[in-house]
Amino acid sequence: MMTRLLGFVLRDIARGRWVILYFGFFLVATEGLLYFTAGEAKTVVGLMNIVLMLIPLAALMFGTLHLHHSRDFIELMLSQPVKRFTIYSALYFGVVLPFLGAFVLGTAIPTAIHGMLTSPSVLSLLATGVALTLVFFAIAFVVAVKINDKAASMGMAFIIWLASAVLYDGLVLAVTVWYADYPLETATIAMVAANPIDLARIIVMLTFDYVALMGYTGAVFQNFFGEALGITVSALSLGLWTVIPFWIGARAFAKKDW
Amino acid sequence: MITLHHLHKHFDSHHVLKDVSLDFPSGTVTAVIGPNGSGKTTMMKSILGLVTPDQGQITVHGVSAINNAASRERMGYMAQIARYPENLTAQEVIDMVKGLRQLETNGAMAALVDRFDLGPHLNKPMRTLSGGTRQKVGAVIAMMYSPTALLLDEPTAGLDPIASERLKTEIARHRDGGATVLITSHILSEIQELADRVAYLHEGRVLYSGDVPSLLARTGADSLQRAIAHMMTSANEVQA
Repeated sequence: MMTRLLGFVLRDIARGRWVILYFGFFLVATEGLLYFTAGEAKTVVGLMNIVLMLIPLAALMFGTLHLHHSRDFIELMLSQPVKRFTIYSALYFGVVLPFLGAFVLGTAIPTAIHGMLTSPSVLSLLATGVALTLVFFAIAFVVAVKINDKAASMGMAFIIWLASAVLYDGLVLAVTVWYADYPLETATIAMVAANPIDLARIIVMLTFDYVALMGYTGAVFQNFFGEALGITVSALSLGLWTVIPFWIGARAFAKKDW
Repeated sequence: MITLHHLHKHFDSHHVLKDVSLDFPSGTVTAVIGPNGSGKTTMMKSILGLVTPDQGQITVHGVSAINNAASRERMGYMAQIARYPENLTAQEVIDMVKGLRQLETNGAMAALVDRFDLGPHLNKPMRTLSGGTRQKVGAVIAMMYSPTALLLDEPTAGLDPIASERLKTEIARHRDGGATVLITSHILSEIQELADRVAYLHEGRVLYSGDVPSLLARTGADSLQRAIAHMMTSANEVQA
């Protein structure tokens, strides 16, 4: 049942212009960075900044807007003999998969042409981009299900992006400065785990061994866990960041009055 | 037969349905009417499973409809505004619902497509179709399984006169076939033409439920329009 519904949702999204624009953007941005910057490290750092900023923003905005625009369609689905979890799952994966495909293809094609696709840093960048897509679409769906008003939903989605992509790092930095005299390793790890964008950044940077670019939080992660364990813990945390919002959203969807 | 038994629903502090008990017999068309905010949409959505009542029971042909997707197996629903995925064609939208139901339409779909002149539009994306054509797609989806319960929310809104007449014929055909038909509409002449029974809601309460002639006799009116106006005035006076 779910795969049938998913197939139609996928078809609808994949034919939309947003996915094509998204694919085109990553294609042009990746090729541009590869063309204009010298060396793999600089290219991946440039791409990482795009991935860490743009994917959460696009996922939050499009995910929230899409669910609000699909309200009548959702009502039609709910009036069919189909379980709500099936509908929610189909809606989520139906939106996420085309965007994942657009990001992966848009980034992988130029890097493959330039012979960099199999480098660990590019692969970790692709993996974290995929994880961020899953996480922030899941969060967007929670926002859209919980907040009925479209404008308020969009506002909340933007605040979440601003907080996690911009403000949070400042907060972490402030805490580390204010409490510089205290052992902050565990607290820093907890603060980083509380933000999927920081987690994604650490995964990419750990594969580089560029501690200086990671700032204090990355250094703590590397010193505390060592590279392999650090990546595993970050990846597991990102996994939880996907599963928990998806579960919260599915539960809210199951109980929601339409 | 659809039965509502002591239904209550709150949205925050607003008590939208207040002890609503109604029977909608098989083989009848019941018009659910009332002013804006009277609770008719919430009632319809409760039957469809879109809204979960706080208290009370809903049964559709003896099966509980609350948190039970299976109760919608023989239920058809036509929404007031038919907004479907814009990049799918009309045929794909119909196929999607067929895929979910996993039932044969036994030629009903093709017949409905033919009656509503949808053939030339089936392979066009939904975004390119007019509001009326989308409504026709909604009508096909609602009726293609010959449902035993048919819920229609302002079904003729946006339809041209020919399509509107054809829809009324289809509604009557389903009624004659034994289906329970619920309809909301603001066009009272249309209701008088279609409905055997009327359920009148005012501020979440049922003020009248019965057949149309009894309502006319009770209010002394010579048309449904005047009878409803009489009921609305009486309800407002009681409230004042």
